[in-house]
Amino acid sequence: MSDTDRVVDPEEVRHVADLARIDLDDEEVDRFTEQFADILEYFETLDEVPEVDEDEELANVMRPDEVRDCLSQAEALDNAPETEDGYFKGPNVS
Amino acid sequence: MTAQAVETEDLATVIGLEVHVQLETDTKIFCSCSTDVGDDEPNTHTCPVCLGLPGALPVLNEGAVEAAVKVGKAIDATIPEETTFHRKNYYYPDLPKNFQITQYGAPICQEGELEFSVEGERRAVDVRRAHLEEDPGSLQHKGGSIDTADYTLVDYNRAGTPLMEIVTKPDFRAPSEVRAFLAKLTEVLEYLGIFDATRDGSLRVDANLSIVDGSEVAEDGAVDRDVLEDANRTEVKNISSHKGAEKALAYEETRQKNAIQRGRVVEQETRHWDESKGVTLSMRSKEEEKDYRYFREADLPVLRVSDWKERIDIPELPDARRERFRTEYGLDDESADKLTSTKEVADFFEDVAEQFDPGLAATWVADELLGELNYRDMQIADVSGRFDEIERLVELVATDEITTKNARETVLREMLDDGDSPDDIVEREGLGKTSGDEIQSAVVEAIDENPDAVEDYHDGEGGAINFLVGQVMQKTGGSADPGDVNQLLRDELEG
Repeated sequence: MSDTDRVVDPEEVRHVADLARIDLDDEEVDRFTEQFADILEYFETLDEVPEVDEDEELANVMRPDEVRDCLSQAEALDNAPETEDGYFKGPNVS
Repeated sequence: MTAQAVETEDLATVIGLEVHVQLETDTKIFCSCSTDVGDDEPNTHTCPVCLGLPGALPVLNEGAVEAAVKVGKAIDATIPEETTFHRKNYYYPDLPKNFQITQYGAPICQEGELEFSVEGERRAVDVRRAHLEEDPGSLQHKGGSIDTADYTLVDYNRAGTPLMEIVTKPDFRAPSEVRAFLAKLTEVLEYLGIFDATRDGSLRVDANLSIVDGSEVAEDGAVDRDVLEDANRTEVKNISSHKGAEKALAYEETRQKNAIQRGRVVEQETRHWDESKGVTLSMRSKEEEKDYRYFREADLPVLRVSDWKERIDIPELPDARRERFRTEYGLDDESADKLTSTKEVADFFEDVAEQFDPGLAATWVADELLGELNYRDMQIADVSGRFDEIERLVELVATDEITTKNARETVLREMLDDGDSPDDIVEREGLGKTSGDEIQSAVVEAIDENPDAVEDYHDGEGGAINFLVGQVMQKTGGSADPGDVNQLLRDELEG
């Protein structure tokens, strides 16, 4: 277990999994609770990065309202595990 | 009845709106895919950006920003120095990225106002904010309802269409006010040329409704913030029209009042408006605000467009135009209202008024044309390709080539029913006013052919002249004016 200030408890892991629509069993919840804490600890490393001058901030990056070619339907669906009549197909999502 | 039960008349209704409108741009908000989807095949208007493919980067559409600034100007909102985009995280397959790019802490329009009329009274509702965001894709639940479906089909053609979400303060006190507000809002958006009401899904409304004690409503209609916080409210989703909003909220108002009257507690929840059944139904509770884990969209730099408010022009808005129509053309309130109901009607009226007399133009556009369209359940847009034909009809009346009666009762109606041109109809029905010469010769003929009637006339028999008028009308196919004919006959007979 890490010694970060932020305590990750199993309840929080369940909630986050729920929001991500991921079904975790109890053993996975325990494993992820530990891993979450570890991951948060890695981020603390960023505190050690020395301060540098900020890049000049970008603003108003826009493009004109002009149509360009889209992907074909076949290209759009190319990576989909399941399709039907030109649609992406997935499970019921009530 | 329990101790808490309250009489309905002591209760006041408080409604606030979140109105989503699609902005009419050529391309999507963060990519160059065309928004002109129509009935095209599913997933034929997509690219790596709107499909959420790894590594694809959004680039903001200047046209969508311009449209948002126009909205801001029209509702007299502040365009802040700096405005930013955020990610709203939720997992639902209509969002290919599992987040929606929207605005959170610094929306592009802040603190505006919209005035409208309801039941003859002027009302103003405060707009808290209006922000830009991307539309999700569309889902089809196959093999059952949303709960019982076997599987889901997803089409991302709509994903990335620019939306503006307009959030009002809870300033509405009745469902009828909501309907009037939505009508005015869409009218203004159409005037701005950034909204197409005929497009499917162009307007979607979520409404919060709560019931408070009538004594909590101040003289000016204001309700204390704490009172509102304490009242349980429902959020009604899936409203897609002005009329639907009024019906859904009237249902919800009655449902909540009934619950309170019976001493029950109104559940704080999200409800779904079922248009076909005319009821609102409880929805499975969704995420709380904090569950959306909003954070800055790092791929979109800040926007500094407050000066665009000066740079971008907007057209004359309905209220100003109505006022001008009253003063410039001397129209009464009713005609001015009708003629500014949509920009298309107003533009057409001004075009006709310029060529002919404004009074004649007002009669023909506001009364005749809109009346006949309304009778046929048609819109002005249905005849926008035939404005030149309608102008020709007004010209035929203005130049006295056909009678007003024939123009109104025959030509206009046949134009709308059969799609023919006014000249064809006049020709076919023989409605052209007969020239003076032709009438004169018909008068002479009638007198020559009917010596008995002429004799009766000279003997002072009143019916004789009517008979002769009838003869002339027959000869001229009814296109002569009976009064004129009567006079011409008398002149001829006495002369």
